[in-house]
Amino acid sequence: MNCGETNCAEMKGRAQIRMLSDGRRLHMQDGPIDVIVHAFGERREIELAYRAAARRFVGVLDELCSELGYLRQPACESGPLPSGMVARRMVAAVRPYAADTFITPMAAVAGSVAEEILESMMSIAKPSRAYVNDGGDIALHLSPGEKFVVGMVERPDQASLFGTTTILSRDSIRGIATSGWRGRSFSLGIADAVTVLADTAAMADAAATVVANAVDLPGHPKVERIQACQLTPDSDLGERMVTQAVGELSHDEIFAALEAGIRMAERLRGSRLIHAAALNLQGQTRVVGAGCSPLMVSSMPDRRLVNA
Amino acid sequence: MSVADDAIRCDACPVLCYIRPGRTGSCDRYANAGGQLVRLDPHIVLERAVSRGETLVPFLEKAREWDGTLVSGQETFVTAIGAGTTYPDYKPAPFIISSEVAGVDMVTVVTEGIFSYCGVKVKIDTDRHLGAECSTVRMQGEAVGHVTTNEYGSQMLSLGGVRHLTGGSRHEGTATCDTLLHLCNRKAVELKIDDGATVVVQAEKAPVVDGVQEERMRVGCGSATIGMFAKQWFGKVDEVVVVDDHITGVLSEHQAGKLLGVPESGIKLKGRRSTPGRYFRVAEPGTSWGGTNIDDPLSILGPFDREVARPGLRLLMVSTTGEHHAYFELDEQLHPEQKELPAPLCKSVERIRENCEPALCSVLFIGGAGGSLRAGVTENPVELTHSVRNALTRVTCGGAPVYVWPGGGITIMADVSRMPENAFGYVPTPALVAPIEFTLKLSDYATLGGYMDHVRPLGSIKRDEESHRRLAARPDNPWPLAAEK
Repeated sequence: MNCGETNCAEMKGRAQIRMLSDGRRLHMQDGPIDVIVHAFGERREIELAYRAAARRFVGVLDELCSELGYLRQPACESGPLPSGMVARRMVAAVRPYAADTFITPMAAVAGSVAEEILESMMSIAKPSRAYVNDGGDIALHLSPGEKFVVGMVERPDQASLFGTTTILSRDSIRGIATSGWRGRSFSLGIADAVTVLADTAAMADAAATVVANAVDLPGHPKVERIQACQLTPDSDLGERMVTQAVGELSHDEIFAALEAGIRMAERLRGSRLIHAAALNLQGQTRVVGAGCSPLMVSSMPDRRLVNA
Repeated sequence: MSVADDAIRCDACPVLCYIRPGRTGSCDRYANAGGQLVRLDPHIVLERAVSRGETLVPFLEKAREWDGTLVSGQETFVTAIGAGTTYPDYKPAPFIISSEVAGVDMVTVVTEGIFSYCGVKVKIDTDRHLGAECSTVRMQGEAVGHVTTNEYGSQMLSLGGVRHLTGGSRHEGTATCDTLLHLCNRKAVELKIDDGATVVVQAEKAPVVDGVQEERMRVGCGSATIGMFAKQWFGKVDEVVVVDDHITGVLSEHQAGKLLGVPESGIKLKGRRSTPGRYFRVAEPGTSWGGTNIDDPLSILGPFDREVARPGLRLLMVSTTGEHHAYFELDEQLHPEQKELPAPLCKSVERIRENCEPALCSVLFIGGAGGSLRAGVTENPVELTHSVRNALTRVTCGGAPVYVWPGGGITIMADVSRMPENAFGYVPTPALVAPIEFTLKLSDYATLGGYMDHVRPLGSIKRDEESHRRLAARPDNPWPLAAEK
């Protein structure tokens, strides 16, 4: 492949693009971006889709980094937009929250990258269905009649499924994201994991961040917090206190923290920013929006009992 | 909050994270370890496969929970890939692992060495002229090495080394480090040789010379080709010239033709005759016929000797890979006239091709562990050198065997294709980070002043499963812990 700029990711050999050993999924990594792409359907369409994904992927990190300073600033409700497509998706996804809460476009970076890659695939290929998973923030494509069954984790740092959800093509859900203090990014809250289903991956990403931040017990002694900049000097969260550890909480404390998150999630659902959310804290799960949409969260009763 | 002095800026990607000591960057792949940027990919543990590398020994199958004693560890070898390094040098290496092998307590000192004195030797299987000896080899315009002496059927490059890594400009150092890193991790690198070719090199892959992928390595030099195929040509053609930039062979003059009784043909070759039927410098070096610069094979022939040649004489001209060939018959004026290659000769050209091995690039890492790295192994560094020299200590690179150069220091060479994927990293110094393991008897380790307090049993590594990646050992590599034959 050729590239015009001498300093781009591929020339530097930084971006890694390869098929996983199953021969079906495409794995792309560049700096902190780590993406798995899986397209289904006719072989030709899959190949076309993967080629498009790889082509789009190569410049994404450089593009983002050229506007990183802006993207790390708190979002405003209006104002000039950044120039990169991914950056624009990020800003659009966080703007609805800008008036009420602290949020930077970085809260939607993974979902926006996933969405951008998926869109590049769909612009030239016609897979029957496809997903782009950017570290747990997932953009989906579903042709009419198709569905995805998605497993949900209790904690992002462990592969422990607590349930599955089925997404049908007629649901308008095309984005899934998970956030929590155990994940790769810092969280202001104490949720182990908040999984959100939304119209787009960028919207889901931003909402998962906001809901995970809301699952909280402010000032609680069992929650260890530290200024984000103490850990990472250039964090977009600056001097805000991020969760480092959470001690064992009582049943009431878990309930109270989850309740705060639920209220936030209900509000976002009322504003049509999300379809549904599942909130996890120390083995307890609460779900918002499961009953009203065709989606189904089936928890695994056996596991619940073990944890009880 | 300002950036404290102890944070470092990672330049592995454009995010340019500031990383505090003990923390990772946003990718979780690079970290600040005592002021050094280190790569944090999973620590690789080799598993000796049951049969031909197809199945892994289940990680915990044999190893019971560690009960505090040395476990039998012949099936597992801890490589230095992802082990990290220690800084400053006098600190013990990150992992000093003991295991019992055939009743003998062994210890493996595992560290990722930061090599400023290192490079690669690249062998490129092609006769095509890539550039004159000593020509500078460039990556993205920066000098990263030079063309060194040709080997059999191959062009050789010597890349890296301390002068390019640290002796030139910052750009030169970075480009050199990038080149070495990619080649050692078996990735493709495009190299441009001054007044020569542009070649894409990747370990275990065919070279691509000026945009054309090399298919075959030559079957032999021009003279050797005559020797190999003379019998198959005899009777089917009157004269054969095997065009080769080094030694062009001529059937009727060559000893092989003489013994078969091939009559003189009156052919006249340009260039310098070495011995009968063997000619040097029939043309200039290039990327065409047999590594010469000619596209018209007749350009290396003078007029036929009118006393000897006869009309109708059949002449085959072919290159050492069979890639180029042409067939001529002399007309009444004794001018060669190109004709279609007759079927039997087609077969012989095909035979040359079939006997050529596929052209490949091979990359040997070369590095000197003779310096400060030794201090992480023993408090008495020269003892390690002596121990390696006396074959009491075995050195491996990511579990792959190494050749230890004679003479002073511990200068090793290792074939990167025998190491696990992505075994190498770098630090922005710039220098290459390469895995290196020293395996020796526990008693010998004590004798040479090893860090006995830091020796930990293999079982303690095995229990900590999550941070390790388990790979099947390559069946073609000697098992690093196996007793010497």
